[in-house]
Amino acid sequence: MSNLVEVNNLNIRFTGERTVHAVNNLSLTLGEGEVLGLLGESGSGKSVTLRALMRLLPKKRTQISGTVRVLGRDVLALDDDALSAFRGQTVSMIFQEPALALDPVYTIGRQIAETVMRHEGKSQHDATARALEMLEVVRIPSAKRRLDAYPHEMSGGMRQRAMIALALACKPKILLADEPTTALDATVQIQILLLLRELQREFGMSVIFVTHDIGVAIEICDRVAVMYAGQIIEQGSLREIVRTPLHPYAKGLLASTVHGAKRGARLETIPGTPPSLDQAPSACSFAPRCAFAQPRCTAALPPDVQVGPNRSARCILVDPATAGA
Amino acid sequence: MFTYIVRRIVYVIPIVISVALVCFMLVHITPGDPLVAILPADASQELAAQLRTAYGFDRPLPVQFGLWLWKAVHGDLGHSIATGRPVLTEVMRAVGNTVTLAIAAAIIGFSFGLLFGLLAGYFRDTWIDKVATSIAIAGVSVPHYWLGMVLVIIFSVQLSWLPAVGAGPGGSGQWGWDWEHMKYLVLPAITTSVIPMGIVTRTVRALTGDILSQDFVEALRAKGLRETHVFRHVIKNAAPTAMAVMGLQLGYMLGGSILIETVFSWPGSGLLLNSAIFQRDLPLLQGTILVLALFFVFLNLVVDIAQASIDPRIKRG
Repeated sequence: MSNLVEVNNLNIRFTGERTVHAVNNLSLTLGEGEVLGLLGESGSGKSVTLRALMRLLPKKRTQISGTVRVLGRDVLALDDDALSAFRGQTVSMIFQEPALALDPVYTIGRQIAETVMRHEGKSQHDATARALEMLEVVRIPSAKRRLDAYPHEMSGGMRQRAMIALALACKPKILLADEPTTALDATVQIQILLLLRELQREFGMSVIFVTHDIGVAIEICDRVAVMYAGQIIEQGSLREIVRTPLHPYAKGLLASTVHGAKRGARLETIPGTPPSLDQAPSACSFAPRCAFAQPRCTAALPPDVQVGPNRSARCILVDPATAGA
Repeated sequence: MFTYIVRRIVYVIPIVISVALVCFMLVHITPGDPLVAILPADASQELAAQLRTAYGFDRPLPVQFGLWLWKAVHGDLGHSIATGRPVLTEVMRAVGNTVTLAIAAAIIGFSFGLLFGLLAGYFRDTWIDKVATSIAIAGVSVPHYWLGMVLVIIFSVQLSWLPAVGAGPGGSGQWGWDWEHMKYLVLPAITTSVIPMGIVTRTVRALTGDILSQDFVEALRAKGLRETHVFRHVIKNAAPTAMAVMGLQLGYMLGGSILIETVFSWPGSGLLLNSAIFQRDLPLLQGTILVLALFFVFLNLVVDIAQASIDPRIKRG
């Protein structure tokens, strides 16, 4: 299986009034037809990582180092023209809040057609035909009428479907999903997840799915990377992460969900708050909150321990010999 | 869309009636007798009473208003006390001159305002932004009659490029679209344009900055649109608000600036108002204010309808 995305030693720093080390030494890969979940709480750097794959972060205030290769191309070295051709065609993105991510004064049909015209050089007429086709693919009822609808005339679920139609209009190889179900009702959430899963198979796309909700990750992901304080602290297959989490943070995160919790028993929580990111981590970022913390946790940055193929954790307690089982 | 337009036009009717009432009352609230101005100082009581009856000032106010409104609806705003000419003719000629000036100033002010505003908003916190913002602040804060005088000193007195006062050769008041007439327009139009230019710059800068920080702009970039294309989206989003501000500014300019028209002796509605006030020419004052107010109402109507045709969200509201 070849990797469509290869990120190595990615560091992202926001400069300005105060410096934020949003992403630190992050490496990840995405295989063909794979759905990778980036799991973590707010501020853990998952959305920032996602944007770096398309270089969407504001140029002026962002310092990026490391390499980001998508389909063998060095994204960080693309010029503006190549970058805009790459966005939307090779890689496209769906957003958390479709009400805000769609232009309020353009019709849905126009917004989809615009992308098709940009990347495939089609006429307005052909591009609108593709837009209609896409609205049908995402199963928007009376799609023809919806072409002329404005975003504010649709419900939240419909808008997210339209957003997906827009993102898939040029048949991208990779879809980046930034918490696409967070802003939706629970019942609509599951519909959108099922639709995404189905379209991913149908289009043969690879997906990186950012979420803070383990329940959502379980529905859709093949593989999961857990992020904390701008680092991936554990990754592995969905099954491995859910069944046998290795990193204390991943364990805590899984224990604190409602899924599978016993009735009457108190939900476990992780005490404390995430660290501020004004300095690059020089020790385990989770140590101050960790129940198993030892002096050597704060002495140096724990290494990323490989415990199997595609499985690793950044914790000194993880023993490559025993944990693989 | 059609029902929206109809509804919006129906709303205009009560506004127009209130405007007429306020115009009429404003003038009657001011102290002093309007006839004092035209009566000789030693006029007898009987003569004053006679004139008062002739102009209808002896009747009760509601009756005066009713008569005035009735005539106004039929295009008769009475006769000027000072000149004896029909008010409507005077007002329309003055308004024509002011409209010419306002449109010229609007073209200058709005084009530069939009240009500076978009540039400043797009290149926020760069030197481009700083230059454009400084120009805008200067435009709003410099007293325009002073600017007018400075321009006259430079371009009329020192360089003798442009005429200092008037609205056409020989003071004929006849307007024509040739350079002989146009050169009279240049200085007053530039002077009038600086305030709208500054206000439009500031509004559009803020709007552009606000729109650029919205999520959908990131989404537009994420779908691979070129920056020029993204810019087109920004403009369409900024248009409704920018148009409302420009409509309002055009309204102010159509009202005529007393100061600027006085500095340049531009025979527009500002100058007319000025002389009507100083000569206590009541019918002329009422008529001028009414016509200008109606202009404003009409312009607002046009702006509202234009906004609704650009921004689909307005029709629902």
